[in-house]
Amino acid sequence: MKNLFLRLILASGLIFVAQAASAQQQPSRSSAWTRATVNGEGQPKGYVQFQDYCSMCHGEGPGQPGTMALQAKYKGAQPALLSQRTDLTPQLIKLYVRNGISIMPIFRKTEISDADLDLIADYLTRNNKK
Amino acid sequence: MKVPPGVSPEDFSDALKQWEGIVGKEWVFTSDADVAMYRDAYSPFYGEEDELVASAAVAPDNVEDVQKIVKIANTYKIPIYPISTGKNLGYGGSAPAYSGSVVLDLKRMNRILEVNEKNAYALVEPGVSYFDLYRYIQEKGLKLWVDVPDPGWGSPVGNSLDRGGGYLYKEYRNHFDSHCGMEVVLANGELLRTGMGAMPGAKTWQQYKSGFGPWIDGIFSQSNFGVVTKMGFWLLPAPDSYLAGTITVPRYNDVTPLIEILDYLENTGATQGMPFLGSPLLARGPLGQAGPVPDPELTALLADPNGPSPQAMDAYAAKKGIHHWSCTLGFYGAPKANEANWEFSKEKFSAIPGAQFKDSGSMKLPLTPEQQAHFNLPEFGIPSLQMFSIGARSAANPTPGEGHIWFSPIIPRNGEAIFEANRVFRQSAKELGLPVPAFSLPTCYWNRAFIFLFGFPITHDIETNKKNRVKFQKLVKIAAEHGWGEYRTAPAHQAAVMDTYSFNNHALLRFHETLKDAVDPNGILSAGRYGIWPKHLRESKS
Repeated sequence: MKNLFLRLILASGLIFVAQAASAQQQPSRSSAWTRATVNGEGQPKGYVQFQDYCSMCHGEGPGQPGTMALQAKYKGAQPALLSQRTDLTPQLIKLYVRNGISIMPIFRKTEISDADLDLIADYLTRNNKK
Repeated sequence: MKVPPGVSPEDFSDALKQWEGIVGKEWVFTSDADVAMYRDAYSPFYGEEDELVASAAVAPDNVEDVQKIVKIANTYKIPIYPISTGKNLGYGGSAPAYSGSVVLDLKRMNRILEVNEKNAYALVEPGVSYFDLYRYIQEKGLKLWVDVPDPGWGSPVGNSLDRGGGYLYKEYRNHFDSHCGMEVVLANGELLRTGMGAMPGAKTWQQYKSGFGPWIDGIFSQSNFGVVTKMGFWLLPAPDSYLAGTITVPRYNDVTPLIEILDYLENTGATQGMPFLGSPLLARGPLGQAGPVPDPELTALLADPNGPSPQAMDAYAAKKGIHHWSCTLGFYGAPKANEANWEFSKEKFSAIPGAQFKDSGSMKLPLTPEQQAHFNLPEFGIPSLQMFSIGARSAANPTPGEGHIWFSPIIPRNGEAIFEANRVFRQSAKELGLPVPAFSLPTCYWNRAFIFLFGFPITHDIETNKKNRVKFQKLVKIAAEHGWGEYRTAPAHQAAVMDTYSFNNHALLRFHETLKDAVDPNGILSAGRYGIWPKHLRESKS
């Protein structure tokens, strides 16, 4: 059945993007983000904020652009899922969120407050060696 | 601290102080680091002196504060540039069209003011994202769908004002058309409500669009005549079931009757969702995976300067045993009606010899999480960011750009136009030194016209961006020479596109300018947006 729905086809355009995906391409999957589905109970500090602001791109599943990009970048040398990384520093996380990187845009303070960004950094560095 | 053009440092300092008094110091941004967050992440001028940047930003959280802020800007003649969620990436992002403007960041105005399940509408503020509205509806368990664009982080207000599109019934997927009622802060700080909202106590602001007298909502889209602070939207009552049906047709020229029949079915309501045109013959692998190397024989056929020969293409397709074109229809509603409409559609498409059909079978809605994994979520009113997979780093795209902007001309809704557009854009791409497309099919957001969507890469290499800007504007002109106009564009190209809408010595732009001078005499609102400059900048900027 899946093939039936692999149909964004050339409709996705992008014909002038060198090397870009072309005909008959369809993002394969991504989970809907909804705060309602995020249960922060028993979860580490910052989990809810990560789910709210980051998981729609850096969550699990092949159709997640952020996860897909990090898989292509590290080819397994680092986990593609940010939530499994142990080498990120709060400074690096904040740098990328506030400056963007590749096609990930900048997130302003009215979108992710400094306080929420601190929590996200806490979450993504929770497993780092102290 | 940067100072907006045409404003004295003393006046700006006074205004900033007054704004701080209104919204609090925390929500007036003047440091270089904070202001840099308002750059357009996909700016075609990235890192150049000409990059469109803000001088400061102020972020109110309610309409009264917007009125006060705008009044102060008007007093000091400070250019301001309202944004909603600021995620209009590919069409300008959060940066102003007039460099040095103060961004009026409405993201904090994120209230979902009303969602009425019985009458299926919502009233929202500009900072509400599609994710927010979806989440709200899910939390409350309301039986409503929102028509969402590809990126879910945008706002219904911002996306519809920029005239974006989605995927559901034609009445909903034209996001501006699906709005009902606006609230607007004018340049003098005055508050205006459109449609039934103009009648104090009216109970139908989100039920009847036009109210009484001239219907002016359109002038607040793709423009700079006011700051929209509330908008109503009609929502789709959650349909019971879904059925996808795909038609394939064997021959090259079959695309013409395919579209004629599609139009009949869509415009009589037999099919509801956005149709997808495709090509089994030209198909490649799934997103993020390298597809098969194109067959050199096919590549050569497509490269014919006069356009592919239908006979040669048909012979090739017949040899491969693959159909040329496909069209996938989405049926929403009662299961029996969907099945009947699909049967009816098959009857109609059977007029094309050799047409074949397959379908998903009737599926109960909402989809289960397992089913969702196989679908393009916006077709089910579910916001996501999965479309960004196209530009992100992947096996097929190992050296991604830093973003993209869209070249997106509207072309006639017929098969001949698809062939002509391919001939023209293929030839243009060759001449301009752009990657030459194999063959492109349009998207069907609007049910009466096609739209071609071509991504232009944004890099952080200034020379490359400069060259691409020139190429982009050449394409705009070439398209216009063929009668094809851009539907929307980034500020870098808005004046160039507006210039192509030039009937009778630019009568339309001159009318916009007359309006601009009347409703915003100091020219403080979004100067230059969509090529509309206020009087004092018109000569220097046009």
